[in-house]
Amino acid sequence: MILHPTVIANLLGSSVATGMVVYAAYHGAQILKHWNLQSGAELQLVLERKTYLISTLLSYVFGLQLLSLFLFVFTADSLTPLFVGAMCAAGTLNVNGFGYPTLVLKIVNFLLAGLWLVLNHADNLGYDYPLIKKKYLLLVIIAPFIVLETVLEGAYFFGMHADVITSCCGSLFSSEKSGDLGSDLASLPSIPMMWAFYATMALTLLVGGYCYLKGKAGYAYPVLSGLAFLVALASVISFISLYIYELPTHHCPFCIIMQDYSYIGYLLYLLLFGAVVFGMGVGALLPFRELESLRGLLPALIGRLTFVSVFLYFIFTSIVTYEIVFSNLIM
Amino acid sequence: MIELANVRKVFNAGNPNEFSALNDVSLSISENRVTVLTGPSGSGKTTLLSIVGCMSRPSAGRVRLSGREISSLPERFLTEIRRKTFGFIFQQPNLIKGLTVLENVMLPAYPLGEKRSLLKEKAMKGLHSLNIGAKASAKVEWLSGGEAQRTAIVRALINNPTIIIADEPTAHLDTKLSYRFMEIVERFKDEGKTVIITSHDPLVYESSMVDRVVILRDGKIEGKPS
Amino acid sequence: MKEWIEKQSYIIDFTLSSLLRRKVKNFGLLALYTLIVFILASVMFFTYSIKKEASLILKNSPEIIVQKVMAGRHELFPASHVEALKKIRGASSVQPRLWGYYFDSYAGANYTLLVPPLEDETPPTTGKITVVENEEGSAAKPAQPLFRFHGAELQPGTLIIGQGVARARNTAPGDFMPFRAMDGTILNLRIADVLSSESELVSSDLILMTEDDFRKLFGIGKEFVTDVTVAVSNAREVTTVAAKIVKILPDSRPIVRDEILRTYDSIFNWRGGMMIVIFSAAVLAFVIFAWDKASGLSAGERREIGILKAVGWETSDVIQMKFWEGAVISLTAFFSGVILAYIHVFFTGSMVFEPALKGWSNLYPHFALKPFVSLEQLTTLFILTVVPYTVATIVPTWRAATIDPDSAMRNTGE
Repeated sequence: MILHPTVIANLLGSSVATGMVVYAAYHGAQILKHWNLQSGAELQLVLERKTYLISTLLSYVFGLQLLSLFLFVFTADSLTPLFVGAMCAAGTLNVNGFGYPTLVLKIVNFLLAGLWLVLNHADNLGYDYPLIKKKYLLLVIIAPFIVLETVLEGAYFFGMHADVITSCCGSLFSSEKSGDLGSDLASLPSIPMMWAFYATMALTLLVGGYCYLKGKAGYAYPVLSGLAFLVALASVISFISLYIYELPTHHCPFCIIMQDYSYIGYLLYLLLFGAVVFGMGVGALLPFRELESLRGLLPALIGRLTFVSVFLYFIFTSIVTYEIVFSNLIM
Repeated sequence: MIELANVRKVFNAGNPNEFSALNDVSLSISENRVTVLTGPSGSGKTTLLSIVGCMSRPSAGRVRLSGREISSLPERFLTEIRRKTFGFIFQQPNLIKGLTVLENVMLPAYPLGEKRSLLKEKAMKGLHSLNIGAKASAKVEWLSGGEAQRTAIVRALINNPTIIIADEPTAHLDTKLSYRFMEIVERFKDEGKTVIITSHDPLVYESSMVDRVVILRDGKIEGKPS
Repeated sequence: MKEWIEKQSYIIDFTLSSLLRRKVKNFGLLALYTLIVFILASVMFFTYSIKKEASLILKNSPEIIVQKVMAGRHELFPASHVEALKKIRGASSVQPRLWGYYFDSYAGANYTLLVPPLEDETPPTTGKITVVENEEGSAAKPAQPLFRFHGAELQPGTLIIGQGVARARNTAPGDFMPFRAMDGTILNLRIADVLSSESELVSSDLILMTEDDFRKLFGIGKEFVTDVTVAVSNAREVTTVAAKIVKILPDSRPIVRDEILRTYDSIFNWRGGMMIVIFSAAVLAFVIFAWDKASGLSAGERREIGILKAVGWETSDVIQMKFWEGAVISLTAFFSGVILAYIHVFFTGSMVFEPALKGWSNLYPHFALKPFVSLEQLTTLFILTVVPYTVATIVPTWRAATIDPDSAMRNTGE
């Protein structure tokens, strides 16, 4: 294993997040079993107090997941020199079979945590904790994903071995390892992708804007925002990165968060992640519109979430367009 | 205005030291009246007061405030109602040492996020109405007993509550200050507020402005004389 | 939205005054916290900037170094083989090198003796520009050696020595330095010049001498050289060229520069990581201390929270207040620790660590590291310090925030 300080930080961050979620899920399970709002018994009061603990824990987990997601990519980038054929983080993640799955899970867990927080917020608006059981059921479901993520991450880091000289008698061995770690990411053709991107974004913004202004709420927007997220990610790999790097062959989605490109990637990814959490959060709330305690308040919340999501997607698209227009690359 | 139906409060349920502070209490408190709860110590006065004032939930039974049932409301909503409706005056002034009079008075309004200048104005007005405006920037450690009590009263009024609750308010005051306190209570009544007091001080429960006295013994109400 | 901001500003106000009201307790915590951040940050800054320095320096070394190996040990390289190497397609420049180690019993130190490449040798055409110490204008010059001397040519019978050597023997240009040659005779060489102090990190123990003096000192005939460097202009060809070398000269071992770079990287990573693991004991102790402090609410604090709850603060409001408390302490400790570590490593040359780093080295170079702090380092530090502290205080904070408002009613003392 590579005992790099940043690797240690990664593993620590993941383990801590897992610990918090498992602990929260344990308490959540207790609430699922014994919750009874009508009872004035001490157990109920204790359970109500516990809900605050769980909310606090999950909020921290959400922040920690975001941090550890970016740190994971940083780490992969900084370990690049240790592997033959790795050009940047994309190559390092290919070093063994666990790299990319860990990354994907990290993104998924971040989204799940965000959705949980949206549900939690809605639950707190109702005077009878209307969503409490569903909320904690979701938490119990999320817990294994986080554990899996930490396990995969551990397997990734512990399974990597730097291509270094291990003995002074040993001679050249890097020739046995032929070149590439597959740093070239599979990317879709650029021009068609550009059309797909702008079309999806336009549709998403229009539907979202319509829903917000007319006060309507349906599954159209959440589905579209999820789709827009995936399309945007594919677009970053396919053509957006090309314009930022000003190179027709550099498709890596990780280098844009590095210093060399003014950390623009951060902004883009934060906007995307924010937009999809809020957008899909709307979808998570829709089934509960008819509950008595939420009926008056949920539409307003859904409206706000839709607005913020649309706004973030809009800014994302604007920045992307700016980069394309002002880039030195002509395709 | 406030209705309690078959309220029971049990502490340490299921343990050997289980003890029930209130047993099957039913009570109705009227608006714009001064009600005094009295009884020997250990009779459950403070517990009853805390349930009436939305500070704790009954183990069994129902509590209604202006017709709305509040016994099973989550803490968040209970606190919101309490903030808007009730003002508490405790036995001890219970001020936070190290802060000034003004800061202490504004404290209950912090979670509401009101604009600072407006809040300050409200606070100063309250302080002036009880003649301690001059002490606004003094640290509370330097106040006399009466001044501290008055600061606590202004604090209780900062969110303009309709119901005032006082727990043994004259326990640590001399006669003169006790009378002064009852004058303030009269002022509340004139302003249309409801007042609920617990006390075993005859100066309080034999006062002319008291509309009703409720006697508690061993967690139960005893008769209803006035 | 506006109310939320105003509310946070009220809560922050209260938090700050609350922290100041308990100066002693909070100051102790803050000091310890800052210390932990300081130590970890110093280790990280030091490791990362040395690593960066090393990789910068190594970038200028030739792509391949060829040595002869006999029974697993490094042997002198036959000069006749050099021609064979020059013929390899892809090898843009082949330079034989003469260097060795000399133990000086007077100073108890090992020096590296080197014969600098002669000027009329074709300079390596790797096209890589050596800019070692940010010297303006040197960007256009072809690859320069890593040491700097004032361009005065090395005369036979003279030496140019590194700063560490000068310190160890307490000599200066003009003095003579005796060497014991292989045949037992004493070789007296005059010190002509001293290498610049900017390059101390690489040249501290270096002594430059002419080829004749070198061969006389070590008794190495003209038929041998120590090893050979091979420059390869096309980066993708390096492994092919190295493979060819092994084919032509089966008893040689080509050492590829990128392998050295990776190995150095690994070593520094490992050292840095090792230190972090060791210090994790300190971090753990700190975290337990923080947890204890957060759990042990004094009666005064308990009373205060009871009052807050009684006058209308909700549990979540108290949690927010505790969050800001943690944030203020964490951010203060983090920034102070980082700034102090920065000063420590880059301005005072890590003087706290120096005894540990120096060991019993007699030739420890005096060097000032170039400041190198990256977002990656700061994020790592954050996760290693602030995150454990915050997580340790979550449960105690929650317990404090869920104090019954009732308690203020029942409080008849104080």
